[in-house]
Amino acid sequence: MGRVWSILFLTVPIFGVWTFVSAMNDWWPMNGGAFAFSSGHWFPSLDVSDHVKDHLFYVILYLTGVVFIGTGAVLFWILWRYDGATNADPVVFSHGSHALEVIWSILPAVVLLFIAIYQMDAWAGARMRRPTMADGAIKPPLCRVTGRQFEWRIQYPGEDGRLDTPDDLHILNDLHVPVDEEIVIEIESLDVLHSFFLPNMRVKQDVVPGMRQYVWFHPVKEGVSDIVCAELCGWGHYKMRGRITVDNAAEFDRWYSAAYADQETSQFSLPEEED
Amino acid sequence: MSTTTIDSHTQAAADEMTVGHFLSTYVFSKDHKVIGIQFLFSTLIWFVVGGMLALGIRWQLAWPWSDMPIIGGMLFPEQGGQIAPEFYTVLVTMHATVMIFLVIIPILAGAFGNFLIPLMIGADDMAFPTLNMLSYWFMWPAFFFFGGAFFCDGHGAAAGWTSYPPLSDMTTSAPSSGAAQTLWLLGVTTVGISSMLGSVNYMTTIIQMRAPGMTMFRLPLTIWAMFITALLQAFALPVLTAAGFMMLADRLIGTGFFLPEGLVVNNSPMAAGGGQPLLWQHLFWFYSHPAVYIMILPAMGMVSDILACFSRKPIFGYKPMVYSICGIAGLGFIVWGHHMFVSGMNPGLGMTFMVATMMIALPSAVKTFNWLGTVYGGKVQFTTPMLFALSFVSMFVIGGLSGIFMAATPVDIVIHDTYFIVAHFHYVLFAGTAMAVFGSIYFWFPKMFGRMMNETAGKIHFALTFIFLNGTFFTMHILGVGGFPRRLADPYHYPTFSHLLTMNQFMTVCAICMVAVQIIFAVNFFYSIFWGPKAGRNPWRANGLEWQAPSPPGHGNFDFQPIVYRGPYEYGSPETEEDFYPQTMPPKQDRDNLA
Ligand code: HEM
Ligand SMILES: [Cu+2]
Ligand SMILES: [Cu+2]
Repeated sequence: MGRVWSILFLTVPIFGVWTFVSAMNDWWPMNGGAFAFSSGHWFPSLDVSDHVKDHLFYVILYLTGVVFIGTGAVLFWILWRYDGATNADPVVFSHGSHALEVIWSILPAVVLLFIAIYQMDAWAGARMRRPTMADGAIKPPLCRVTGRQFEWRIQYPGEDGRLDTPDDLHILNDLHVPVDEEIVIEIESLDVLHSFFLPNMRVKQDVVPGMRQYVWFHPVKEGVSDIVCAELCGWGHYKMRGRITVDNAAEFDRWYSAAYADQETSQFSLPEEED
Repeated sequence: MSTTTIDSHTQAAADEMTVGHFLSTYVFSKDHKVIGIQFLFSTLIWFVVGGMLALGIRWQLAWPWSDMPIIGGMLFPEQGGQIAPEFYTVLVTMHATVMIFLVIIPILAGAFGNFLIPLMIGADDMAFPTLNMLSYWFMWPAFFFFGGAFFCDGHGAAAGWTSYPPLSDMTTSAPSSGAAQTLWLLGVTTVGISSMLGSVNYMTTIIQMRAPGMTMFRLPLTIWAMFITALLQAFALPVLTAAGFMMLADRLIGTGFFLPEGLVVNNSPMAAGGGQPLLWQHLFWFYSHPAVYIMILPAMGMVSDILACFSRKPIFGYKPMVYSICGIAGLGFIVWGHHMFVSGMNPGLGMTFMVATMMIALPSAVKTFNWLGTVYGGKVQFTTPMLFALSFVSMFVIGGLSGIFMAATPVDIVIHDTYFIVAHFHYVLFAGTAMAVFGSIYFWFPKMFGRMMNETAGKIHFALTFIFLNGTFFTMHILGVGGFPRRLADPYHYPTFSHLLTMNQFMTVCAICMVAVQIIFAVNFFYSIFWGPKAGRNPWRANGLEWQAPSPPGHGNFDFQPIVYRGPYEYGSPETEEDFYPQTMPPKQDRDNLA
């Protein structure tokens, strides 16, 4: 029986590795039959210049993967070899080994410290170094996104470049940004916590009432994807969906003018309250 | 409930059956063993409730907005048997609340802590038996508060088990944010009182009541873990209790600790202001992060005891194991901020928390290697408790490694609040802690009830649980990397996630099977209490003091004065012919002198 149990434990690393590899290569059989090459079970496709977070993920995945497979294999081997029913050798009467303890404390410590230091720059890039203009001044936000149960209100500053002036453009759940530019967005909340999550841009930031925050990213490909709310904000949390469209510069300007004209003719009014 | 079972076992009960005697012996008992078993039964019942709530969540994620078979029509006749989005948020909130506050914490500290501590240190009871009894009875208000929440407006609290304000802080934000949310807060506070009474008792008992010869470094690792856990509770809990009262004040008398100026929620403007939502997060996680160690350290201790016993070998590196328990606890107090990397907290502070969090992985790694070292070179007996203990090690590796991804702040930006997190904590809490609890029940059952559980049924229970568990939770890592957010009643509402539906259906089928398999356990458990084969004092040939007492031990535990001569892990010692060497057996030369 011991053999059966050792193999049961061996299935963990095997199944684990298979799950990750098949998802990376889109072999996951649950979607459209075995080995169907479908639409990506792995990261949502990344249309951002900055791949640093994905890179970090892979570095950690490979480091932890080695440990995962290693410990799984060792556990399997120990159970196979030292099964009490078949092992005739006397037990190794040992209370431990100082040398081993030192080795297996220092090795992981070094690896963990390496990861800790290696990632710092990416964190600073994502949270501390706000994009600047050519002259070194801090880049102003392209627009403000305000979370409210259960919608994203979007406000562009208009000609004068300043928010909360009469020439602002107000839009609901439909964010447009130009391609190939550092985009800075100011985020706020009117009521409860929300979280501004752009899976395709690897951006996530809780939106906290009473705080003004900035997020930034650099889209490099045109296309449409989702704005997701990632913080429980009430019963309608699941439907707090927005859309982000990355346009080329000309298309963005055309969209902007059209939307602005639209707003002027329809005598701007806030969208109806919805329950 | 527990009363009847004890009843059938204790001879004395039959003799003298007055109501007063019955109540004082089995209901309002001050005997730590009865209290432990009371905790055990109560938590197992809530475990069933929590499991059912989990299936509700999984049903919705696999077949959103579809009629629930069988029970749907009974539960939600207004929706034609479907789960409404309001109720889905209740499900996630109450599932987590029940599992954490009414299952895992009380089963580890309350059930096993109470039952094992005096027995394993050679004491006749806890230091403060009355306080101990109260620690159990303070769970009952919590049972009523959490249970009652299901019958309030909204059918339960719905602000998440973390209850982040402002959502949880205002009585108008949703149907559930009135009485149900207030009851939730009261429930958490009373659970806290219960834990606090327990922890004072554990610390005093372990320091004061050890049998002669039981030095601190001869304590079983279970006791070390319980001791450090009690310390964690004593220092972290007051913060949660204070935060709970602040939130009650916000809700009931209109203060604004957690509310900034000028909020309008669900069309009603809030009067109070001047506070900060992030304050709650700091206070909450200052308790709840240590609490995740409260939920794992005792399990680690019990697993260590089981592994040594069934490898027939001493624990590898006893002292490093003790130091790493202390290290985890110490670091556990300075890493709470890793729950807040994307909360809007100062990013510089985030970096500090990141480094501390990375370092806490270290003692966990040391423990894992020592467990492997313990099994290495032994004579492994594949009993049911051993299988569960081994699965704890194997699963804890997964939970520990996925923690590193989230400790890496830039990666956490991507996976925070996605199913990656859900996978991570289920590997730690369910695949780890809950499996260790099952193993411990199988292991100490003979001591608790004087009978053995059925091994074959136990092994089938183990194998099926293990398989379906990995089927349910491993794939969640993939969902998370795909960005799939948690707590969404209908994630397929977003085109980005719509292709993940089939994967979710696979998980739900596994989850249903996993829950169904637990019936094998329940049958085995109750059958064995009444009809299992009688167990002797030491059925596993183990070393600990508890195995020298009768099974089940009478009032006062030991029928002799235990004297301790050595640590609890001297299996396979060359000094004895047997492969075990009980802590109470005098050394060879003493025995020779006596003869
Ligand atoms: C029968 C086994 C279980 C199943 C199928 C299950 C399923 C789930 C699911 C699907 C969620 C995700 C909710 C969401 O965020 O969308 C969840 C959340 C959670 N579960 Fe479980 N669970 C199980 C057992 C446990 C156990 C044993 C524990 C604790 C010891 C636990 C603790 C939690 C916690 C803390 C959450 C977080 C809820 C939140 O705040 O979003 N679960 N569970
Ligand atoms: Cu939201
Ligand atoms: Cu939300």
